[in-house]
Amino acid sequence: MSDFGQSLRLWFAPRRVREEGQTPDYRFSLANERTFLAWLRTALALIGGGFAVDQFLPDLPWGVRAGMALGLLGAGVLCALRAVNHWVRCEQAMRRGEDLPVSRFPVLLSVVIAVVAVAMVVVVLFGWEGGR
Amino acid sequence: MTAVPERDPGLQPERTRLAWRRTTLAYTVAAVLAARQVAGGDLSAAGLVAVALSALVWLGFLWVAHRRVRELGVRPRPRALSAGAALAAVACTVALAGFAVAMVV
Repeated sequence: MSDFGQSLRLWFAPRRVREEGQTPDYRFSLANERTFLAWLRTALALIGGGFAVDQFLPDLPWGVRAGMALGLLGAGVLCALRAVNHWVRCEQAMRRGEDLPVSRFPVLLSVVIAVVAVAMVVVVLFGWEGGR
Repeated sequence: MTAVPERDPGLQPERTRLAWRRTTLAYTVAAVLAARQVAGGDLSAAGLVAVALSALVWLGFLWVAHRRVRELGVRPRPRALSAGAALAAVACTVALAGFAVAMVV
């Protein structure tokens, strides 16, 4: 958690990232930037999913709909914050010549999405059978 | 090692520019969905304010992306993304999600 505190300080003192170590090859920094943007798009997709659930599933009870939408929006926020955190840590590691930070986040996100997808399949099947 | 090539053969700045464009597009889709929330017709006053603010943060994101895209095109070896720009982009994204909560609940 102290790692997180440290990167949090870096978020708000951006100059300190530049002061440390050596400037890496610009191509590595650009690759890091593209990874950051890819995570940001993932976050935006989750947020868009939150809107979509609210707008395109009007038959669901309000509680279920709002719960799913809030879950997706929360995941989107988490993903966005994690994107900038990981970007800062990678940038810092490259400047110091250290190994890039490893992260459990991709696994966590995939598992959550897989569980939700399986749950959706079950819901769709049951809904379909119940409708007949 | 002979002469330093003028242009990166891997087109890294170009690819990064396109990544910004894709992200802007993704943000725009989310912002359009936010605007579409008005069509539901059951938004509270706070919800309407949230829709208006979403349009505002969308413009903010466009501005951040535009500046970075321009910066990437100026030199053959652009500088790394500034932490301020990264934070601003994330802040706009988180703000959109926050306004979404106000509309959904």
